[in-house]
Amino acid sequence: MSFLVVKLVSQRIALGLMLLLAASALIFVGTQMLPGDVAQTILGQTATPEALANLRAELGLNEPALSRYFSWLGNALQGDLGTALTNGKDIAESLSGRLGNTLFLAACAAVVSIPLAIILGLLAVRFRNRWPDKMISAVTLATISVPEFILGYLVMYLVAVKLRWLPSVSIVRPEMDFLDRIEAIAMPVIVLTFVVLAHMMRMTRAAILNVMESAYIETAELKGLSAFRVIASHAMPNAIAPIVNVVMLNLAYLIVGVVVVEVVFVYPGMGQYLVDHVSKRDVPVVQAAGLIFAAVYIVLNTTADIIAILANPRLRHPK
Amino acid sequence: MTDLLKVRNLKIGAHVVPPQGKPFDIEIVHGVSFDLAKGRVLGLIGESGAGKSTIGLSALAYGRGGVEITGGEVSINGRDILKGSLGDLRKLRGHEVTYVSQSAAASFNPSKRLMDQVVETCVRHKLCSRSEAEARAVTLFEKLGLPDPQNIGSRYPHQVSGGQLQRIMTAMALCPQPDLVIFDEPTTALDVTTQIDVLAAIKDAIHDTGVAALYITHDLAVVAQVSDEIMVLQHGNTVEHGETGQIINRPKEDYTRALVSVRSIEHEEKAPTDAPVLKIENICARYPGLSADVVKNIDVELHAGQTLAVVGESGSGKSTLARVITGLLPPHTGKVIFDGRPLSAELAERSKEDLRELQMIYQMADVAMNPRQTVAGIIGRPLEFYFGLKGAARDKRVNELLEEIELGPEFRDRYPAELSGGQKQRVCIARALAAKPKLIICDEVTSALDPLVADGILKLLLNLQKIEGVSFLFITHDLATVKAISDSIAVMYQGEVVRYGAKSKVLAPPFDDYTDLLLSSVPEMKLGWLEDVLAHRKMESAGN
Repeated sequence: MSFLVVKLVSQRIALGLMLLLAASALIFVGTQMLPGDVAQTILGQTATPEALANLRAELGLNEPALSRYFSWLGNALQGDLGTALTNGKDIAESLSGRLGNTLFLAACAAVVSIPLAIILGLLAVRFRNRWPDKMISAVTLATISVPEFILGYLVMYLVAVKLRWLPSVSIVRPEMDFLDRIEAIAMPVIVLTFVVLAHMMRMTRAAILNVMESAYIETAELKGLSAFRVIASHAMPNAIAPIVNVVMLNLAYLIVGVVVVEVVFVYPGMGQYLVDHVSKRDVPVVQAAGLIFAAVYIVLNTTADIIAILANPRLRHPK
Repeated sequence: MTDLLKVRNLKIGAHVVPPQGKPFDIEIVHGVSFDLAKGRVLGLIGESGAGKSTIGLSALAYGRGGVEITGGEVSINGRDILKGSLGDLRKLRGHEVTYVSQSAAASFNPSKRLMDQVVETCVRHKLCSRSEAEARAVTLFEKLGLPDPQNIGSRYPHQVSGGQLQRIMTAMALCPQPDLVIFDEPTTALDVTTQIDVLAAIKDAIHDTGVAALYITHDLAVVAQVSDEIMVLQHGNTVEHGETGQIINRPKEDYTRALVSVRSIEHEEKAPTDAPVLKIENICARYPGLSADVVKNIDVELHAGQTLAVVGESGSGKSTLARVITGLLPPHTGKVIFDGRPLSAELAERSKEDLRELQMIYQMADVAMNPRQTVAGIIGRPLEFYFGLKGAARDKRVNELLEEIELGPEFRDRYPAELSGGQKQRVCIARALAAKPKLIICDEVTSALDPLVADGILKLLLNLQKIEGVSFLFITHDLATVKAISDSIAVMYQGEVVRYGAKSKVLAPPFDDYTDLLLSSVPEMKLGWLEDVLAHRKMESAGN
């Protein structure tokens, strides 16, 4: 590991942390700018001015915005995300189980979709412009073009109603064991795989095709190597950076963007909880969820950057 | 003697898909035949477009891009390789026939260790065990004169120099012990002082292993050193095929004679005048963020109507000097005096008149022109920008300039893509001339061109100098070009001018060590030149 790599990687991490700080400020400012008054929302239209003033003082709303921001951020860093206005429950507590469920669903979808996308991408390159390539492109494009709720209902209709293999909802309970959980989320995993597959597959295909133009691919072909070895062993390692980038973007989508799929399958993840509280203008919950989602994006993209740095032999092995 | 490679009436076509218009087929090799016996070396020589690389690759039954073998017969060891299956081809490629390309830097996979790539063919084709293949590779590294042969294989391609990579590529081709190696311009991309060593290493390796070779190059002087016989190609046809000595000393065809006598422009050096048009005083410059100077203490001058050649190898700082003069890289010390007045260091602070009087011509003519403008648009632009010429006046001047560069008004409406390499460079010259400059900086303007075309460009430049009185600062790595065009010469080495003066003085002994090395490394069209030079160098180093 060279000094240059350590320097570049620590720069990326520092940049990620700064971005996260900026995102937190943006989230805080954004929620402050929302119209309406939190105290009014809690107490309703009939509250007396005295009661409103008391509650504002209690919630610390009279403090300057800057000190409120820092105390919110300081608490968040210690794991205290505040209490929800609507039901008075601790947000961190309500969120942790749901976040775990969302991450579990995302991880399962990733385990299925990432290898599948890369293998399909490699196959598409191997048979480029022939029928397997065209079929892979057509099918993945079709699945990404159909809105995910329609895909969800289609899968539900086929798997749960027609074939009767699985129940139509994906309810998971804490007491369920691993296999039961997998069975419960099989349908949303299928839908999510369909949604993210095309993007990753096409990027893999494009990145490898780009490398296939290089002179060293001709060298490999003139060595009499098999077509698949040329693609997998000579082209793929030089296409890692763009592939990792798009994989990470899709991973982030799997965590942050699954709201619709969660609602369709009544899955107890972040999505349902967030929809409930946003519609009720529960500011502390919105802030907490915003912070978590921002962190997910930044961590994953920073990881992609770091992998790209590590994949570059010129940086890993300087002269 | 049995024939290893037998080529009969080989026809090769290409499927061309132009950006606009319908795809069409053309034939690029029109029925070429030759035989190659075991252990012999055949040089394929010709200009770009002669089909020499295409013919070379046909021995691997391979076509680049849309190129396809359309007829004839290619047999290796008595087997027609054009009729085999893909599996047969895989056995042929990398085992019986291997390939060394022009640019080793691009031909090695950047993310794999060199050794893994060198032994890959042996291991994948199950020719021998990995450890045996590595032992073979180390022996070859040693034979090819690579430093630290035991460990150099564990490096990555970017960690070794261009000359070393070319040798490693040769080792990679020889490692599976093939019957035939195709060398496709293996030394063309190298500096002249590196070329001579690589050439000697390749020649020894061919000799020691007894392998047969096709040696493809555009440089007759180079091929004369390594090959037993030479085949001259032009436009996909064989012009002449004979023993090396006969081709070099007693060529039968006119085209071969032209190739042999290329680079024989005579140019009488002019005496310096009292007023230099360009005076560079004590220039030191470095790129932002770097701690070392790229050019150091440069002091040269160029007189009106004359040519100063700045010669050096890659990395010697000659193009950086051009960037300093044009204002693209302001120097931290020293100044540039142009026509008696100091020029601002920064391009942005120079007047329109400064810009007009100092023009530039580049190495890559294709990328120096807007592909969506016609020739008239390209040449007309400076006329409008500097002189405000419009309409008929502009058209008239464009036609005059086209006459001057020997193309004529019929080229007005062509696009750059419809021009040959030499024609493109002529249009770039016309564009520079349109500004009526006092000085033109020519940065490797003939390096990308075939020798005969390059000669045409040099003659044109000399003629234009006579008519227009323009001065040239001529940057090049090619000593033949320097001899042909310059009045004075500055030899650059590692950012410094190591030798400077009138052409007759610089090119006459006594030489400094570097200039001697540079001059003696230029291949001469003479049998046994390589051995003579190497023997001479050995004697000198023994004498020291």
